[in-house]
Amino acid sequence: MMTTTRRPVHLNLLKIKLPIGGIMSIIHRATGLFMFLALPYLIYLLDLSLSGPAGYAQAGAAVHGLTGTMFVFLVMWSLAHHLLAGIRYLLIDVDLGVEKEMARQTALAVVVAGPILGLLLTGGML
Amino acid sequence: MSRKASGLKAWAIQRLTAMYIGLFSLYLVAVFLFSAPSDYAQWKAWIGGSLVSVAMLVFVVTVLMHAWIGVRDVLIDYVHPIAIRAALLGVVALSLLAMGLWAAQALILVRLA
Repeated sequence: MMTTTRRPVHLNLLKIKLPIGGIMSIIHRATGLFMFLALPYLIYLLDLSLSGPAGYAQAGAAVHGLTGTMFVFLVMWSLAHHLLAGIRYLLIDVDLGVEKEMARQTALAVVVAGPILGLLLTGGML
Repeated sequence: MSRKASGLKAWAIQRLTAMYIGLFSLYLVAVFLFSAPSDYAQWKAWIGGSLVSVAMLVFVVTVLMHAWIGVRDVLIDYVHPIAIRAALLGVVALSLLAMGLWAAQALILVRLA
């Protein structure tokens, strides 16, 4: 007979106080989810831009303007954070940056670099 | 693959696809930053090139696999009622399939045009 232990499982994001590694990790998830939700619009833009010169111009206009720029920024921030955090995970897989202090510093670096890179990439592309 | 190792398989696929997506994203970002197409003809010529086209199709497939494993993990962690979880997983799987085919169709049609 299997016994169920009542060990505390804390996945409630509103109740737990996350260390920097946890903050980085939850942003990794949030950005992944955001990019998944953005996929249909991104594919719509790809399809539109390839449909002909008119569609190309329309897709170009869609990523400019206030909402378009905001959208591109969010995608670029997400991509930058998700990629950097992913590289950090891959390095940890091969035992690089596992120590607590190093892990905290790289986590903080990822969290800070995300929006900065997001801004730079958006500025460079639009 | 045994039932016990199914998590390991997902773990390995997530890392393999991550590496391709990461490298190809860097390439895409570099293209848009430094040699962005300036009109439709250039855009079409670039994306319809045989190498870029195949690389884009591989990108589409790897993104689908990566997104599936990632979203599945999130749903398993946060959606506990089994019926709702199963329904959402089904919606996600079908959406990914539809989006992948839609993107592939656009990429292939532009080569035929």
